[in-house]
Amino acid sequence: MRERSLWTLSIASTGVIVVLLGVHMTLMHLMGGEPLEWGSVVQRMRSVLFATTYVLLLGAALYHGLYGFRNILLELNPGATLRRATNAVLLAGGLGLFVFGTWAAVASLGTGATFGG
Amino acid sequence: MTASTRREVILRVRRFDPELDAEPHWEDHPVQAAPGMTVLDALWQVKERAPTLAWRSSCRMGICGSCGMLIDGRPRLACNTQLSELGTGLVTVAPLPNFDTIKDLVPDLGPMFATHREMRPYLIREDSGEQENPTREYRQTPQELERYLQFSYCIKCGCCIAACPTVATDGVYAGPMPLAQAHRYDNDSRDDGFASRRDTLSSECGPWRCHFAGECSQVCPKGVDPAKAIQLMKRDLVLDLLRLRRHHDPAPVAAAPHAKRRPEIPEAPPRTAG
Repeated sequence: MRERSLWTLSIASTGVIVVLLGVHMTLMHLMGGEPLEWGSVVQRMRSVLFATTYVLLLGAALYHGLYGFRNILLELNPGATLRRATNAVLLAGGLGLFVFGTWAAVASLGTGATFGG
Repeated sequence: MTASTRREVILRVRRFDPELDAEPHWEDHPVQAAPGMTVLDALWQVKERAPTLAWRSSCRMGICGSCGMLIDGRPRLACNTQLSELGTGLVTVAPLPNFDTIKDLVPDLGPMFATHREMRPYLIREDSGEQENPTREYRQTPQELERYLQFSYCIKCGCCIAACPTVATDGVYAGPMPLAQAHRYDNDSRDDGFASRRDTLSSECGPWRCHFAGECSQVCPKGVDPAKAIQLMKRDLVLDLLRLRRHHDPAPVAAAPHAKRRPEIPEAPPRTAG
């Protein structure tokens, strides 16, 4: 049953990525001037909307990418133990990266406020 | 048949007898190819000189699915492939890949049929009494028949499994034929077995590993499209997970006919079976 749920989540994450990537590109390139200028970066960092979409996009992209990577690894026909280990490592790695990215986005909110005055 | 209409073709056959050979080897056999001659006919010609050559065949008309083999690098039915359509003077014949070889051109189809059985490829209903001793047929509209008809043309020859790149690398994946047949019954309006097949199909052996290479559909000698069945199956299973799949009650038993037999038409003979 689990494979069906994982695959459904993968398809759902595709839709989320398409939408959020559009939002991300809009916020980066169509609003707030030159995206890499100091002022633009600080303005984005202070934006709760940007941080929220960033975290959601991070989660969806991480899940989608790691699910695909898992499929590639599992097609190498690992044994049951190695299969479980693969799942555990990918899950732990994905969660770790997500927590780190989320922390970076949340921390940036405060930093942006500090620098932006 | 005149000599001018015949041409010599070399049939390169892969031989392997597990009791005698450590490794498979190739043997070249010249055959006199006449117009309309199939690879199966050519194999019979070869057998006159190499009587130990083994393969499976039965109907000679692309119905039984016995003579699937790798002909010029492509899974085909030997009885359905004419030497002239291959267009070369050298035709290679080997057993179907992705199967163990029992001997020469005979693949071990046992695992394929075991997986097929796991998919419960038959009508599943609650009225088992009616199923075992039917009073009349189940009612089905032509539109309902269309939903699964093309998948019912499958003859279980194994060509799709031999062509599948996922089966070649993934020992857990069920393969195109069993999955397409599960889809065929899931979409039969007379069937009520979707829930009982769901757990098997939702597991690792289900359609999730399919890369949609489409080779299964390319090589199917009956024109079945297993790749399509697998994608439709994914959709059905996902909709079911999201509680969006429409549930239909299985088709009812057809009503008794109202028409009366005309007196000049004799009564049907008594049943001979059941």
